[in-house]
Parts: sequence; structure tokens; C-alpha cells
Amino acid sequence: MNNPILIAKSVTKQFGGLVAVNHLSVEIPEQSISSIIGPNGAGKTTFFNCITGFYTPESGEILYRENRIDGLRPDQVTQLGISRTYQNIRLFSNLTALENIMVGFEPHLKTGWLDAVFHTRRYHEDEEAAHNEARRLLRFVGLAGSGDQIARNLPYGAQRRLEIARALASRPGLLLLDEPTAGMNPNETVEMMHFIRNLRDSLGITIMLIEHDMRLVMGVSEQITVLDFGEKIAEGLPSEIQSNQRVIEAYLGRGAATDGMATAHEQMQKKVDLL
Amino acid sequence: MSNANRLHWQKVIQIGVIGGLVGVLIALVGMVEEFNRRDIVAGVLTMGWTLLFLTILVTGYFAAAQHTGNQGASSILSGAIAGLIFSIVLSLLVLAIQNFNLRPVLVNASPPLVRILTFERENFSGLALLMVLGAVLGAVGGLIYILPGRVRSAVLLGLGLVAFLGLMQEIIQVTLRSVPSVDSALTWMFGRGTEKGLSAAGAIVVFLIVAVGNYLWQGNASKVQDRFAKLPFKNQRSIRWLLYGLIILVVLYLPAVLGLYLTEVINVTGLMILMGLGLNIVVGFAGLLDLGYVAFYAIGAYTVGVLTNLSGELTWAVGMNFWLALPIAVGLATLAGIVLGIPVLNVRGDYLAIVTLGFGEIIRILALSDFLKPTIGGSQGIVNIPPPAILQVVINKPQTLYYVIVAGCLLALFIGQRLRDSRLGRSWKAMREDEDVAQAMGINLVATKLLAFATGAAFSGLSGAILAIKLGTIYPHSFALLISINVLALIIVGGMGSIPGVFVGALLLVGLPELLREFAEFRLLIYGALLVVMMQVRPEGFWPEATHKRELHEATPDVVQADVVQAEA
Repeated sequence: MNNPILIAKSVTKQFGGLVAVNHLSVEIPEQSISSIIGPNGAGKTTFFNCITGFYTPESGEILYRENRIDGLRPDQVTQLGISRTYQNIRLFSNLTALENIMVGFEPHLKTGWLDAVFHTRRYHEDEEAAHNEARRLLRFVGLAGSGDQIARNLPYGAQRRLEIARALASRPGLLLLDEPTAGMNPNETVEMMHFIRNLRDSLGITIMLIEHDMRLVMGVSEQITVLDFGEKIAEGLPSEIQSNQRVIEAYLGRGAATDGMATAHEQMQKKVDLL
Repeated sequence: MSNANRLHWQKVIQIGVIGGLVGVLIALVGMVEEFNRRDIVAGVLTMGWTLLFLTILVTGYFAAAQHTGNQGASSILSGAIAGLIFSIVLSLLVLAIQNFNLRPVLVNASPPLVRILTFERENFSGLALLMVLGAVLGAVGGLIYILPGRVRSAVLLGLGLVAFLGLMQEIIQVTLRSVPSVDSALTWMFGRGTEKGLSAAGAIVVFLIVAVGNYLWQGNASKVQDRFAKLPFKNQRSIRWLLYGLIILVVLYLPAVLGLYLTEVINVTGLMILMGLGLNIVVGFAGLLDLGYVAFYAIGAYTVGVLTNLSGELTWAVGMNFWLALPIAVGLATLAGIVLGIPVLNVRGDYLAIVTLGFGEIIRILALSDFLKPTIGGSQGIVNIPPPAILQVVINKPQTLYYVIVAGCLLALFIGQRLRDSRLGRSWKAMREDEDVAQAMGINLVATKLLAFATGAAFSGLSGAILAIKLGTIYPHSFALLISINVLALIIVGGMGSIPGVFVGALLLVGLPELLREFAEFRLLIYGALLVVMMQVRPEGFWPEATHKRELHEATPDVVQADVVQAEA
């Protein structure tokens, strides 16, 4: 396997007495698609927030391409090459789709105050680069022609894709997707699955997802990490996770695990078989 | 009668009563009586009645709007009924004034008001006329609602312009009478001197010209634009430059035509536009609600005041040339913007508003304090600020100061526009939409916020510096909180984040009240009503920020076109 692009070593994040992420250690291989799953409140999004600099973990280390990134500001983390989307879509809702993506291109722009006022060569180059990149990404996510629409007027699915396009504009090495299929119907979910795989294959980036939809998780992931109450309870290939007893306990309750082990396992299997 | 139908007429009656109560309020605060001293159309329509008529029209319009969709006669009937109820409520006021002594409490419930409302007739015939007029005007309001959009906007623009010309007739006449060739046209339009308003014929002709012209323009605007777009680039550019040249000529020539008073009004408005352009960057683009904006205005003014002062009473008065002091003033204001920005970097929304409000007050109180009296004059302020000169021209009257203010506004306009269309403008707007996500996109919040504060403060400081030479004296009370509020209000009315909106807002909230000084006591009332109505009806402002449609355009047309020109040459 490749070198890991992201290493988390014993990361802990507390909110008062609540331990949201507890001594979590994860290694994400380069150019992989990995998923983080777990029941609600397991600390998945908190972990994402620790990686992207929204939160600073109390202890532990996070390394991205051998650089420590815990404690950095979100903009510094992005400059290094990590980009993300949000569980509940957070577009710049009064800007156009094109402008949204152009904002995402920010880490590659150097136009300063004076460049902007005097329209220097650098300003023209920057604007052209951002504009072209934005149009390219619009096409890439299938939104060509919608670039001049105000983001909040776009349909739900288009907003999801626009958010991914915006995240891609910074040309990240690692893309974090927080529940990319939330609120989507089964067809759209399958589409999204192909889209994610295509993303990795064509751009060669590493993708981490948080996801509740088991079909997507099992279908697309090469590595799955399962969290429960902030702790890692399992890690491995989809097939390993499906048969892991602690995972079934976490999802379906201890009773289910002891009494109805067979049925629980069947349910899990059914979900996977749907693929 | 079906249930929905009954509900509908109930609503119409409700709107009529509410409209009527607004009419009563307008009458009781004294606006009808006060405004009645002026005519809009001489001998036909007074300003007080115009106000009441407008209220009835709006009432009829809203009553008709109760129908979903265009219901033809029924909409007009709704308007008429609401208008009639409006008149009934107003008539009740008349009867109440006649039969009870309301004057101890309601000072304006006076016999002159009754005479106005009954058209100086007998009670019965006067009130009957009022009812008929109310019903007719309400019906007209309903009619306006069901007119096709193109006709409606043409009619409204025509009516609006007639009202505006009537309102401004005195200023227009005084200004334009000096030009001999338009004198006879003016006489025909406004009558000869004694009447205060448009002549009836003048009003009708103005209305027809404007309404028909607007109607035709709306139909053909896109054709004209198409034809313009099809012209070769070279011709387009020369037409554009011709237009710019024309505008520049008009702007340069304006003070010579307008005379002292109007130029002064433009200057006052110009200083507010300058401040508005700055605050628009802070609040409109970057979304940082700053209520202490007047502080930078004060810093700009005081810096110029202290440095150029000649009286020798102030310790730092060095009698510097204004043109040297000006960049120092702008620089100090910018620095103050950054210094204020640093502690509030992590303060958001309402809290930011309170902190900046405090900062504004601190500066004002410092200016008032005895502690700083030896340096900046305390409550006595700074007097004897000498007027500056360019070459041999001394800038000591509105007509010369005008050019300084126009230059300042153009500079601010230029910088503001260029910043808006760059990476910085996008970062500001992203920050306004969602600060956290903006940061996660790689935007350095500290630099971006401070730049917004600094640019805004610089424009405000420039405005203050010009104010110092405009007044020749500065007092602490010139920098009250109300100025910050006014600038904010003009941005809201014009349209948050819209540069042309700043101009519209300033003309409406600063220029217009300045022209209607005789009604100054109603200024704040109208202000408040306007803001409330704006928020309800048009929260995006009069001239909202345009979205840039550019997906299918090239990123930087200038470059591409410049290359083409070079290739051709």
C-alpha cells in the first residue's frame, strides 16, 4: 500500500466533560477512498473539523504529508491541500455558482490590493485563471450553463455538486466529503457513488467520506473506520466491517447482537446485497 | 356568497380602514396642512392633497392585490371600495374635529385642516366630493394594479416625474431662468412667477412625454442594445468614450449652471456619497456591521483642522498646506481603521455593531474632552481652517469645492469598483455570506477584514478632510452618532453592496431632504416610514447589486480586446 497521506495519532477533542473524539488514530492511504461511519453523535464530523482546523484537538497529532496540521487555522490547512464539503450544504448562497467556485480557487491567487486597483498583469492572469478553472469545474460536475445562477436558486442536487466543485477548485490532495448523499434518493445516491469514484480516478486525489448510506459506503470505500462515542471500534475492508460484531452492536444495540445476531447480520448483508 | 369571497371583501375593507388611519395620521401630524402651502400643479393640485391622493392610490392598489391574479373589474371594484372607506375614515375625522374640541391634545386638528379636507365647501357637498374622489382614486389604484407591467411603469414614471417637477419648481426656475432660450418654455410650463407649481398644460405634456417615451423605450431598449452589441468593437468603444466624454462635460459644467445653493446641496450629498462608498465596502461587501463609522470622518476632519490651522492656539498647529495634510489625514484614518479592526477580528454580527458604536462615541467624547483641549480645541472646536488653493484658484466657495468633492468621489468609485471585481471583492462577499466557510476556502480572514476596515476608513477620512475645508471650522458635535446611522440608512435604501445604490440612497436621503428644508420637521418621520416600507416591499434596496453574468464571457475582455486592437494596428 502507498504511503499514508493523512495520519492521525491519538487525537482527542473534548467539549467540557464530553469527549467527542477519544484517542483516535487513523491512517489514510494516498489516493484511496475511505469512509468514516458510526451512529449519530459518534464524533465523525468533529474529527473532520479537527482535520480542517475548525477545532484544535486537546491532544494528539494530525499529519498531512508529514506536516503537522493540528492547531493551524482553516485557511492554512486549505492552503496545504485539504478541502471539504459540509453536512448541511454551506454555499455562498447569494453569489453565483461561478463566483462560488472562483472563491474556492483562492489559494492559487496572488492579486493584491494594488494589483486590483491598477489592473496589473497579475490581476488579469489571476482573474483569467480563476474564471477558466471555474468554468472547467462547472462542466466537470455537470453544471455547465448554470454558472450565472445564484447558488441558492439551484436545485438541491446541483447545490451538492456545486459544493464539491468549489472544494475541488483549491486543487486539494485530500477531499473530505461530509455526508455527500444526505437527502438524496436511491438513484441520485448511485450517481453520487460513481461520481466519487470517477473523482478519485480522474483527479488522483484522496477522498474521505462521512456517510450513513451503507450502499454507498460498502460500494465505494477501500477502507472503513467505524466510530462510536468518539472511539474507533473497527477498521478494515468493507467485507471485514460487515461481519464485525462490535459494529453490529453499535448500530443495532447490544441486545440485537446477542439475541438476534443472525438477523442483524442478515439485515446488514441485505443492505450490501442491494448493490 | 362563498366563504373565500367573504374573506376577500373583509380584507378589502380592512385595507381601506388601515389606509384611512394612515391618512388620519398624516393629517394629524400636520403634514397635509403644512404641505398645502405648495402646489404641484398650480391651482389644481396642492402638495398636501398629492400626499393624501398617493395614500389612497396605494390603498386601492393593495386592495386590488388581494385578488390572486388579474380579476379585471373585480380588482377595480376592490380598489374603489377601499378608497371609499379611506374617505369615510377621513370624513369621520372631519366630523370629530367639528364636534369636539380636539386641539388641546391634537394641535393640528384645526379649522384650516377641516377647510382643506372639505375643499372649502359646505360640509355635505365637501364630504360627498371627498367620498367620490376617494372611490375614483381607489379605483385608479386598482386599475394600476391590473395594467400590464410595461404600461404601469410608464404611467408611474410619468406621474412621479410630474410630482418631482412640481415639487422642485422653484429651484428649477431659479436655476434655469438665467438661460434666456429656455425662459419662455419655463414660463409656459410653470406659469409666470406667482403660481407655485406646474401649469396644468405643462403637467399634462410632461406626463405624456415621459409616459409615452418610457413605454417606447421599454419596447425598444433591447433592440438598441442588440444593435449596439453588433457594432464592431472599435465603434462600440468610440460611442462609449463619446458618452463618457459627454457625462464628464456635464459634470464639469454643472456648478456654473446650478448656482450657489444647488451646488452646495450637491456638495453635501457628495460628502455623504464618499462616506457611503466606504461604508458600502465594510457593510455591503464584507458584511461587517460598523456603527462607529463617523469616527474616521472625525479623524480625517480633525487631522486637517489641526495641521492647517493658523490661529496658533493649538499646540500642533503648524499651518501646513492642505494638500500635504490631506494624505496624512487619509493615512491616519486608515490606520485608525486597522487599529479598530484588530480587537474586533473575532467579534461578529450584533456584537460588532455595539463595539464599533462604542468606538465612534469614544472618538467624539475625546474630541469634546478638556484633556485634549490644547491639541484639538475641545468643545470650542477648531476655527480658522484656511481654504486651500490650486494654482491661483482659492477653494472657498461651493462651486470650486465641488470639483474637489467630485474628484474624491470618482477616486473612491474607481477604487471601490476595481476592488469589488477582484479576488478581494469575492473574498469580502464570501465572508459576508459565511465567515467560517470563507476561511475554510483558504481566505485569510485577518487580512481580508482589516483591508475592508482600512479601505472604508480611508474613504471616510477623505470625506472628513474635505468637510474641514468646506466648513472652515470643526466642532465635536458635527460627528454625532446620527451621521453613522444616516450613512448606514442610505446604503440600506440604495441596496446593500451596490455601488450605484450608494448614489441613489444619498440623493434620496441627503439630497432630497436638503432641497425640502422647509418641511424639515417631518424629515425623521418620512425617513422612518421609508425604511419600514423599504424593508417590507423592497428589502434589496432601490438599486440592488447586479449579479455578474459572465460564465459565457471571457474572463478579462480588456486583455483580449487589447490584443485584437494591437493585431489590427
